[in-house]
Formats: sequence, structure tokens, C-alpha cells
Amino acid sequence: MTEQQTPPPTRKHGGDSHVHRRQRGKNLAVLAALFAFVAIIYVVAMIRMSGGTFP
Amino acid sequence: MTDSVIAPEIMDSQVSSGTVRDYVALLKPRVMSLVVFSGFAGMMVAPGHLHPVLTLVAVLCIALASGAAGAINMWYDRDIDAMMDRTAKRPIPQGLVPADEALAFGVILTIASVALMGLALNWVAAGLLALASGFYIFIYTMWLKRRTPQNIVIGGAAGAFPPMIGWAAVTGEVSIASIVLFALIFFWTPPHFWALAIFRKLDYQHAGVPMLPVVAGEAETKKQMLIYTLILLPLAVSPYFLGIGGLTYLVGSIILGLAFVVLAVQVMRSDDHKPAKRMFAFSILYLFLLFAILIGEHLAA
Repeated sequence: MTEQQTPPPTRKHGGDSHVHRRQRGKNLAVLAALFAFVAIIYVVAMIRMSGGTFP
Repeated sequence: MTDSVIAPEIMDSQVSSGTVRDYVALLKPRVMSLVVFSGFAGMMVAPGHLHPVLTLVAVLCIALASGAAGAINMWYDRDIDAMMDRTAKRPIPQGLVPADEALAFGVILTIASVALMGLALNWVAAGLLALASGFYIFIYTMWLKRRTPQNIVIGGAAGAFPPMIGWAAVTGEVSIASIVLFALIFFWTPPHFWALAIFRKLDYQHAGVPMLPVVAGEAETKKQMLIYTLILLPLAVSPYFLGIGGLTYLVGSIILGLAFVVLAVQVMRSDDHKPAKRMFAFSILYLFLLFAILIGEHLAA
């Protein structure tokens, strides 16, 4: 009896890359939002600690 | 809701096929712009001074909380949104953003914006921001919208909070002047929304939303619209007497108020929907111009 090996699933490059591109866009947007949030917290902290004289 | 345009399994899909733009659309950017503008006006007319960066942060918090409430509203109303022409193109009915993700997106943004407002400005402004979001989500969207024709009258309070929040961001308190700015938007909301509901009556009827034109008829709605514009006439003038508006505002508010009343009369005397469409467009301009004059006067001073 010969063992039949199932071929590895072929990647649908066109479809996958489209989904990945959109996902990468969203990931970058989340990254930018997180950086912006951290920057805002930093600047607000500096302003409040300086009594409004920062920068 | 068996005759929804989009199958529920598509809306409740766990796979997001949307882009960043679809998530931005969840925030109802057009509604957000008027909310932000009125919030900014509240900050400008409030006595006191705020660091420019803190002013920007307060505007950002109002914008994000408003958008987040919009996203949660879209999550809750996804069934009726799919049935109405005006809302069927929204990201959840289109299957572009999974409903659960829209809810999570809205909740996270709400918490972040309220926390940031509290930390950067003060907790009175943050409390009012949380109250406005809670009012819009729980009182208007979940409780009143599908139950009573007075839905947008009471629910309109949620949209009236921004100038009060802006004022509180600067002063740390609620005052008569900020309550008047709140009342201005509160009494503006019914004629604004009912003008829309008149020419979108079939949409609301189809979705089973008991807007006043659907429940009480167009004649009664038009009568009530006129009553609200008449209440608005002296109310819109009152910022002048409270010292937050100048002469330009006094003249502007009288002219705009009279134009609003004239449009309401035209709506009442007409059988077609053109005057209602005109009144809806003018109502947005009316509020925008009132606050623009207030801002302009304070910038000039």
C-alpha cells in the first residue's frame, strides 16, 4: 500500500497579500495611536508639573 | 427583524475585512465635527485661560468620546441600520467591521478619552464627558430610541453636553452660562432631527423606530418643530445678557433665530419634503454660525 501524501495547501498569494496589507495598515494605525497617547501623557505631565510654563 | 438587508451572520462575523477608514467611519466624523466645534466654543467663552496644548487635548477627548459613543451606537443599532437606506452603508451592516470589534473599539476609546480628560484637565469635565457618553449609549440608544417618539427630545441632552464639558475643562465647574449653552443645543435638537425624520419617515417606519412623524404624523411634528424654534429664539439671545456673547452675537442670534422660525413656518405650510430638507441643512448652519460668532468675538477680543 502506498501512502498518499496530501500536497501542502497552496497559498492564495493575491488574496492573502490583500488581507495582510489591510491588517498591516490597521496595525500601524494602532501603533501610531499608542505612540500618540504616550506622547500626549508625557507632554500633559510636563505642562502640569511646570505649572503651565512648559515648553 | 427578519427582513434586514444584510444577513446577521455577516454582521456578526469575527473576521475584519475593513480598513482603517472603516474604523474611522465608526466614529461618525460628520457628527463629531459639530460636537467638537460646540465643545471648543464652550472652552473659548469660558472665563479663564488654558494652555494651548491642554485645549487641544480637551478637544481631542471630546472628539474621541463622541466618536466612541457613535461606534457603540452603531454596534447596538446594527439590526435597524441594515434596514434603513441612510445607515445601510455603515461598516457593520456592510460586514466590514465585526460587531464585537466595533463595541470593543468604542469602549476602549471611551475609557481612554474620559481618563485623559480627567488626568489632563479636571475630573468635573471628565465626569461630564462620561455622563454624556453614558446618556447617549444607555438612555438614548438602548432605552429611548426604540420606545418613544420623545427619544430625541430627551436623548438630545447627550449632544448638548459638549459646550458644558468645554466650559468645565477651563473652569472646573458648571455655571449658569454653560447650562444656557447646554439648553441651546437641547432645544435645537428636536427641530433638527424631526426635519430629518420627516423626509426619512419611511426609513424609520421600516425599521420600527417610533420617530414623531411616524407615530404622531407630519402635521403634529411640524407644529412641535415650530414651538421649539420659538423657544430657541429668546434662548439663543440669552448668552448676550449673560456676558458671554457680544453685540455681533446678539444681532446674529436674532437674525438666525428668525430665519429658523420662518423655515419652520414654511415646513408647516408645505406638503412636500423640500422645506424640511432645507430646514435640516439650515439647522446645522444655524448652530455652527452661533458658535462661530461666539468664538470669533472672543478671538477678536
